[in-house]
Amino acid sequence: MIRINHINKSFANTVVLHDISAEFEPGKTNLTIGASGSGKTVLLKTLVGLHEADSGEIWYDDTLFNRLPFDQKKNMRKRIGMLFQGAALFDFATVEENVMFPLTMFTDQSYAEKRERVDFCLKRVNLINAEKRYPAELSGGMQKRVGIARAIALNPSYLFCDEPNSGLDPNTAILIDNLIHEITQEYHITTIVNTHDMNSVMEIGDKVMFIHQGHKWWEGSSNDILRSDNQELNDFVFASSMTKQFRALSNK
Amino acid sequence: MCFPMFKSLLELCGQYFILMRKVFSRPDRMPVFWKQLLVETEKLGMSSIAIVAIISIFIGAVIALQSSFNLESPFIPKMYVGYMTRETMVLEFSSTMVALILAGKIGSNIASEIGSMRITEQIDAMEIMGVNSANYLILPKIIASTVFNPFLMLLSFIVGLFGGWLIVSLTGIITLSQYFDGLQLDFKPHYITYSMAKMAAFSFVITSVASFFGYHAYGGSLDVGRSSTRAIVACCVIILIVNLILTQLLL
Ligand SMILES: Nc1ncnc2c1ncn2[C@@H]1O[C@H](COP(=O)(O)OP(=O)(O)OP(=O)(O)O)[C@@H](O)[C@H]1O
Ligand SMILES: [Mg+2]
Repeated sequence: MIRINHINKSFANTVVLHDISAEFEPGKTNLTIGASGSGKTVLLKTLVGLHEADSGEIWYDDTLFNRLPFDQKKNMRKRIGMLFQGAALFDFATVEENVMFPLTMFTDQSYAEKRERVDFCLKRVNLINAEKRYPAELSGGMQKRVGIARAIALNPSYLFCDEPNSGLDPNTAILIDNLIHEITQEYHITTIVNTHDMNSVMEIGDKVMFIHQGHKWWEGSSNDILRSDNQELNDFVFASSMTKQFRALSNK
Repeated sequence: MCFPMFKSLLELCGQYFILMRKVFSRPDRMPVFWKQLLVETEKLGMSSIAIVAIISIFIGAVIALQSSFNLESPFIPKMYVGYMTRETMVLEFSSTMVALILAGKIGSNIASEIGSMRITEQIDAMEIMGVNSANYLILPKIIASTVFNPFLMLLSFIVGLFGGWLIVSLTGIITLSQYFDGLQLDFKPHYITYSMAKMAAFSFVITSVASFFGYHAYGGSLDVGRSSTRAIVACCVIILIVNLILTQLLL
């Protein structure tokens, strides 16, 4: 479980996050939605400590993460997996080496053991026969999948995904969504996913938080979202004419 | 007007030393570190052998030619051609000039490599895993070139003298025995040690400063280009300053 209390974050003169508090439960896929530029990525990076919060508390279970000294924070990070918006694969390494990297750095496993784990993770994300290729030779969707494989290699307790399915075709997007959802339940991971894809919200959103211009604007389950009368949320959710018509129909 | 510039320079120095503290810690995994060290030695050191050799052979030849033209006076023995070639190579060219060349070659390589890792969030990805990215990426580069590059200086020196020999035997401006007498005249072996030490210092400057600029790059690919240009300029200026200080201290 991850709990954040009154998180504020600003860059130079612009305030990006305003007093955000929330709870993210384990075994559930917690979604953060919001328009482009609303602060989702900044929130995620603040949670994992890539940005330092100006004020507020970030609790990982019973640990006050954002006050940990460098060494302990480093240890904690071995239990964190993260998929970046741009995958952030190491381009000096092949797919296999990318997924193996955290294993090499933090376990004493033999090459065969590591190999086995890598195979398992890559199979899990439906990626076969790509071990020896370099990230530059992969499509965007394949890179995302390698990113997820790398993030889950060490069996993380906390998984962060920044727009795992942006830029993917609908089928692959659903595949990745479901994958994240499945491993979250299977390994009882505390998962936080940033997205602005309403499909994902309806498919896998156990709990949804809507960020509007850096404020936590709304929170609830994916079922509540369609019935909410929050103006900004509705503008976001029913942005396309198709969804608007859908809503009109279902309200009749 | 000068004050803000001075302040930002001071800030830059502060950031540099903070980064160096992160770099100089025990590697997370020693076997991984040794492997990286080999890779970097190959990438930063071995791959510079050819360019250093080519430049040195030409410069050695040119110095020999020039000094023979300038030693027209019958009162100065011709063997001074060899002497001057040796002294110029060992004192300045093989260390300082080669270091300036390397600043361009490996400095830009390092700054753009680390800079592009920074802007594509690969460094963040390492940090998230709990890897000390500065230590993992930068320490092998610094150690590899600080240990290996002094041998490039040695190589440059030897090849430079060979270049002088080549031009002397091709043009016959002086006899070969005059050239060799000059090479041995008043030879101080500790100049070589001095020059190698200088090269080690310069290599430290090149790798650490270039890594610093790469590590603190932000923005897009244009910014990576810009930061690698700034890295080279900074390396060159610092090398010249360090050269001045070391010459004063060591000679
Ligand atoms: N390092 C930074 N320095 C200054 N401002 C930043 C920085 N990172 C983000 N911002 C600003 O914070 C705001 C939120 O950005 P963020 O990347 O979190 O948006 P987002 O919700 O993830 O958008 P998207 O859906 O497009 O990824 C933006 O206005 C952005 O300009
Ligand atoms: Mg984002």
